Amino acid sequence: MLVKQLSVFLENTPGRLYSVTSILAENNVQIKALMLADTADFGVLRLIVNEPEKTLKILQENGYAAKITNAIAVEVCDSPFKKMQEVLKVLSEKNINVEYMYAFSGDVPGKALVVFRVDDIESAIAHLKELV
Amino acid sequence: MYWNPKYECMPREEIKELQLERLRNTLERAYYNVPHYRKVMQEVGFEPEDLKSLDDLRRLPFTSKKDLRDNYPYGMFAVPLSEVVRIHSSSGTTGKPTVVGYTRNDINVWAEIMARTLTTAGVKKSDVIQNAYGYGLFTGGLGVHYGAERIGATIIPVSGGNTKRQVMIMKDYGTTVLTCTPSYSLHIAETIEEMGISKEELKLRIGIFGAEPWSENMRREIEDRLKLTALDIYGLSEIIGPGVAIECPHKNGLHVQEDHFIVEVIDPKTGEVLPPGERGELVFTSLTKEALPMIRYRTGDISRLIEEPCPCGRTSVRIGRIEGRTDDMIIIRGVNVFPSQIEHVLLEIGQIEPHYQLVIDRVGYLDVLEVHVEVSEKMFSDDVKSLEILSKKIQNEIESTLGISVKVKLVEPKTIERSEGKAKRIIDKRKI
Repeated sequence: MLVKQLSVFLENTPGRLYSVTSILAENNVQIKALMLADTADFGVLRLIVNEPEKTLKILQENGYAAKITNAIAVEVCDSPFKKMQEVLKVLSEKNINVEYMYAFSGDVPGKALVVFRVDDIESAIAHLKELV
Repeated sequence: MYWNPKYECMPREEIKELQLERLRNTLERAYYNVPHYRKVMQEVGFEPEDLKSLDDLRRLPFTSKKDLRDNYPYGMFAVPLSEVVRIHSSSGTTGKPTVVGYTRNDINVWAEIMARTLTTAGVKKSDVIQNAYGYGLFTGGLGVHYGAERIGATIIPVSGGNTKRQVMIMKDYGTTVLTCTPSYSLHIAETIEEMGISKEELKLRIGIFGAEPWSENMRREIEDRLKLTALDIYGLSEIIGPGVAIECPHKNGLHVQEDHFIVEVIDPKTGEVLPPGERGELVFTSLTKEALPMIRYRTGDISRLIEEPCPCGRTSVRIGRIEGRTDDMIIIRGVNVFPSQIEHVLLEIGQIEPHYQLVIDRVGYLDVLEVHVEVSEKMFSDDVKSLEILSKKIQNEIESTLGISVKVKLVEPKTIERSEGKAKRIIDKRKI
């Protein structure tokens, strides 16, 4: 399934992550998952939140460079590796590049969600439909 | 020790007479050959024959870098291009450089001026000069080179960079005179220490340093670490290049070559000429330049005039150390940088808000320029790679415009401090 992921630009300096999460906390934003990519000078924080559009507005009002991007979330259960392998196999066969991925526990107990960010999201969804 | 005592020690009255005569020639050359000069002189109702005394110079309008830019590339030349034997250029403020030209006679005069300059600093025929000023479009390298050949000293045209090789040459070739920017001399000193070479293995005795501002503290440090006499040299390509003024070993101001240039100090706000001793903007008028006569050129450099006689016997007026700039120009590793050049590059790249800041620091003994660019909504993408590519692109474009290496850092929106609505463009952390 398609998920709206929120990406935020952060400088790679102490306190920046705290500053952005503080704003989210003040506004009662529920963070379901969080992933931080880093380079020497900057980082990109990716968030799955309950209300992405509203959160985007809050972040922009507070002066952050933020954006909503689409990603694919796949629910996995007992044998996550098996499920993940199936997804990766399809992507590999269709020559779709995985840019990054992360996992978090979903709303259903005992189940987890793996988020994939790929280069060709339409094609990925079309091919993964049969699988999911 | 003089190179040309007739002019270097000429009585003040005679210098003034000579200046008046040469100024008249310069005004005529400019008026009849350069449409810009004719236009601005006519605007104030001045014709070359109206020049009766040196004070009449004050009636003439100033010339600025903008005039050179508006007449880019050759519009300010007073001779046809066939008479020009060399072109130099300096960086411009909007990507367009300032172009300067020399006739054969201009090159000859420049060599004479530089021979005098080197001699004033104590350089002799027997010296070995390691010239670490950049060769090329920058006037520093070739300016020193021609002067050194004129006095018959041995010149090593090593140009800038490759510091270990500089040190190797200094030791093996027996360098006695070093010419470079003051900050680079300290970097060389540091490299000498790192390479485990003792001062006794070196024969350095004189350093001629310029192209960037420096201080008495820096002089003491350079002299202490390199065991030489460090002297300040001043010049700018618009006037001729290096050699406009030089310190003698008495270190009490830089002697201006007054038979070739008239120097004035003005209030940068009102344009009013200030008396000796008062700080203001240096303004130069060329007296012998054929290809590019300069009338009242505003340098943007802040200094003062010193008229008290110098024990060295030279009668020329002197200028104090350069104490600052009237504009936002900064000098990094001898290269003139205007924030507007960087702004221009950012706008060219597009998709970038021109919110940027230049952070200059001295790491070790080298100037480091960091360009901070605010990330805008437009340029931000979730993709780390494309941000890195963008950052690299900004870096490459700035480096090719400025000709010096920079570090680009992407920063969060609205983090660059704004003062009175305008961003604070420059943070200079260097202690000089």
